[in-house]
Amino acid sequence: MNTFNAKIPAGALHEKWDNYKADAKLVNPNNKRKFKIIVVGTGLAGASAAATLAELGYQVDAFTFHDSPRRAHSIAAQGGINAAKNYQGDGDSINRLFQDTIKGGDFRSREANVHRLAQVSVDIIDQMVAQGVPFAREYGGLLDNRSFGGAQVSRTFYARGQTGQQLLIGAYQQMARQVGLGGVRLFNRTELIDTVTIDGRCAGIVVRDLLTGEIQSHAAHAVVLATGGYGNVFFLSTNAMNCNVTAAWRAHRRGALFANPCYTQIHPTCIPQADETQSKLTLMSESLRNDGRVWVPKRADDNRPADQIPEGERDYYLERLYPSYGNLAPRDISSRAAKRLVDKGQGIGPLKNGVNLDFSAAIERLGRDVVEERYGNLFQMYERIAGEDPYKTPMRIYPATHYTMGGLWVDYELMTNIPGLYATGEANFSDHGANRLGASALMQGLADGYFVLPYTISNQLASLLGKTIPGTDHPAFKQAETEASARYNGYLNVKGKRSPDWFHRELGKIIWNECGMERTREGLQSALSDLPALYEEFKTDLRVTGTGDSTNQTLEKAGRVDDFFQLGMAMCQDALTREESCGAHFRSEYQTEEGEALRNDDKFCHVAAWEWTNDPMKPTRHAEELVFETAHLATRSYK
Amino acid sequence: MSHLKNLKLKVWRQKGPADSGRFENYTIDEISDEASFLEMLDVLNEQLISDNKEAVVFDHDCREGICGTCSLMINGVAHGPQKATTTCQLHMRTFKSGDTIVVEPWRATAFPIIKDLMVDRGAFDRIIESGGFITAVTGGAPDANLIPIPKPVADAAMDSAACIGCGACVAACPNGAANLFTAAKISHLNYLPQGQAERHKRTEAMVETMDEHFGSCTNHGECSAACPKEISVDVIALMNKDYRASKFKNRKELSR
Repeated sequence: MNTFNAKIPAGALHEKWDNYKADAKLVNPNNKRKFKIIVVGTGLAGASAAATLAELGYQVDAFTFHDSPRRAHSIAAQGGINAAKNYQGDGDSINRLFQDTIKGGDFRSREANVHRLAQVSVDIIDQMVAQGVPFAREYGGLLDNRSFGGAQVSRTFYARGQTGQQLLIGAYQQMARQVGLGGVRLFNRTELIDTVTIDGRCAGIVVRDLLTGEIQSHAAHAVVLATGGYGNVFFLSTNAMNCNVTAAWRAHRRGALFANPCYTQIHPTCIPQADETQSKLTLMSESLRNDGRVWVPKRADDNRPADQIPEGERDYYLERLYPSYGNLAPRDISSRAAKRLVDKGQGIGPLKNGVNLDFSAAIERLGRDVVEERYGNLFQMYERIAGEDPYKTPMRIYPATHYTMGGLWVDYELMTNIPGLYATGEANFSDHGANRLGASALMQGLADGYFVLPYTISNQLASLLGKTIPGTDHPAFKQAETEASARYNGYLNVKGKRSPDWFHRELGKIIWNECGMERTREGLQSALSDLPALYEEFKTDLRVTGTGDSTNQTLEKAGRVDDFFQLGMAMCQDALTREESCGAHFRSEYQTEEGEALRNDDKFCHVAAWEWTNDPMKPTRHAEELVFETAHLATRSYK
Repeated sequence: MSHLKNLKLKVWRQKGPADSGRFENYTIDEISDEASFLEMLDVLNEQLISDNKEAVVFDHDCREGICGTCSLMINGVAHGPQKATTTCQLHMRTFKSGDTIVVEPWRATAFPIIKDLMVDRGAFDRIIESGGFITAVTGGAPDANLIPIPKPVADAAMDSAACIGCGACVAACPNGAANLFTAAKISHLNYLPQGQAERHKRTEAMVETMDEHFGSCTNHGECSAACPKEISVDVIALMNKDYRASKFKNRKELSR
């Protein structure tokens, strides 16, 4: 087990970021145009970075597999974005946001990164308002806030139930401005399929044009991967259909360490699966738990409709188990509680796979109008999908995979262990530890892209001034292109019987059952014996129809499922070797008498960073020790 | 949970931009009425792959009605029969067993067909690039509460900003005009105090870029009826007013 350098600056925690900025090397404004930076992904983290780097004067090439940068999945975030503005005067501060995030992550994140995140959170709101994001306001014209799980202050800024959409449109518009000005060259419908490292430095990327199948290389001084998370490994998740791990995984296969893959967040309030053809799960915002009460019948297999079950025969289990946070207990804790009751047969709905989220008390207390004003769009969305009216019957909800805290290992500069290769937003691992708090993903994506990376990237680039970098005619690029081309032709030539979706669904079932909300040694071991067998079948029985020289979504999917298989094996190994429970990683063997997560700080107060070894079943585990100078390691309690 | 049986589909298939294209007939033997329209197409594609045929290409992503990637004319209506609903949120319970459903791509000159049901909506991005932003260089922003914005103003901006850029407005318009999209984007920024400095420059640039790509508006209102986010046709009036003003103001400023 190696320890490695996260390059955390010296000084007291609240001085580290200032100290870093004071010491970092700069690139003179006239020299910035001599540097080419590739940004892959155009969600919050990617679009904000591309726009800001171009404003500074760098030449930016931005890549997205979408038809337009504005489609990235940041757009689907509903609830809000946290910032330590303390506009409500309710006791918030940078330190409190830092403490909440560290505790929320169950003491498995890096202190210095989290503190910087809390510091820059205040700038994000200023920046987004200046761009014209229509955040919710009070009648006096000032910004409104609401509360989210795991916090006892109101620090969440929101734009109705569409905060992610509004922030992404803001960042996209800033990037579009730069496209118009020539600062950013946009490559849409283009997917990253490999990264290239020459003499230990990231030299560029290999991409596939999704309309023509053409494979092409792009060289640059630095590459930023802002390519999101890997929740779709579960097949059913709240992620968009095209979210995938390929960019991060291909970088991993070229030497970038992949950290904490087993930290995957299950969101407690999603609409349960309705049938076998279901392709994705839809989230219902956490904000609903401000007024909705969660309950199940006390008796198993109670088939009565909700309104015929008397109060005394209902179990409002979150209020019972966690009286001080109640229905706003953090995501991992609420999810596990729901799973346990459904497993005991107390689930509701036609498939007995949900719990009630009941608004009848809120409607009685506040009136239907107020509930409609607060949650109208979410109620409407629920009714479309579930075909039931939540004003009359409780919503049926169940946990679903939502966000992945794990990702590419990065140092304080957001650089992977490969010089010149950066990872930002959900694609990296650094800020949320073992569990992310609500409304913190948008904050991190924008913090990385607007306020961190533009400072840290020049520190590396400065030393490259005046040096030539390898072009795309370098043999390493040609080699990567040949391999990529062989890979995609390979999928077309298996000519087996099963579609990529079939394999994806089967893969997802294994991961969900054995590496989902509760994990056991036996379960993970059985997954690790089932996965290679299914993967072998994938390689010999895959069927991709169509050709490789025009749009072929079946072929795109095959490449993504291939990488999900390898990631799935890494996840299970990470979960197996982390012999403790922390945050969203819950190992049944390690729990308190009350069934809460039991950490083992003596042995596992570290980041597990995995190195690729050409055999997906035998990666090498490295560890970065986590040192807590300010936060006190404590048992996380929301009782 | 009930199932629909024997759905017939007439789906537009076109190999590429140069191909003339044709309808192909397919049958779905059984589909749950809990399935979404796109999940029904997933079932069709699994069927095609199992018959060794090429799957139907269609754009889709979030499947929760917010990303604006999905499209489709369903029985001649943009996003299908349910009001204020994107194709991905349309569920099969809207249809009956034995129905024949016609599935086509967006039909608009400015959105050329790429393949099957997939079109190129890049012209929307060109409109935004020409001026659909507030210039706010990172780092220089004043405190967010420095300029109070009356709630009705912020709400109106949000109503316009709800546009998901799907292109249903263009597809529904007999002229293939993009006035509702462009006006939604312009009004979002022009309502806000932050957007005033560039108001006239923005309006002129965006309207003229729109005119390069799209047809002209003749006030049919089909756009608003088809809009899954129910954006009001009123924003077009605001855009026209601002455009007229901008032609004078910009000329005046240039002459200075």
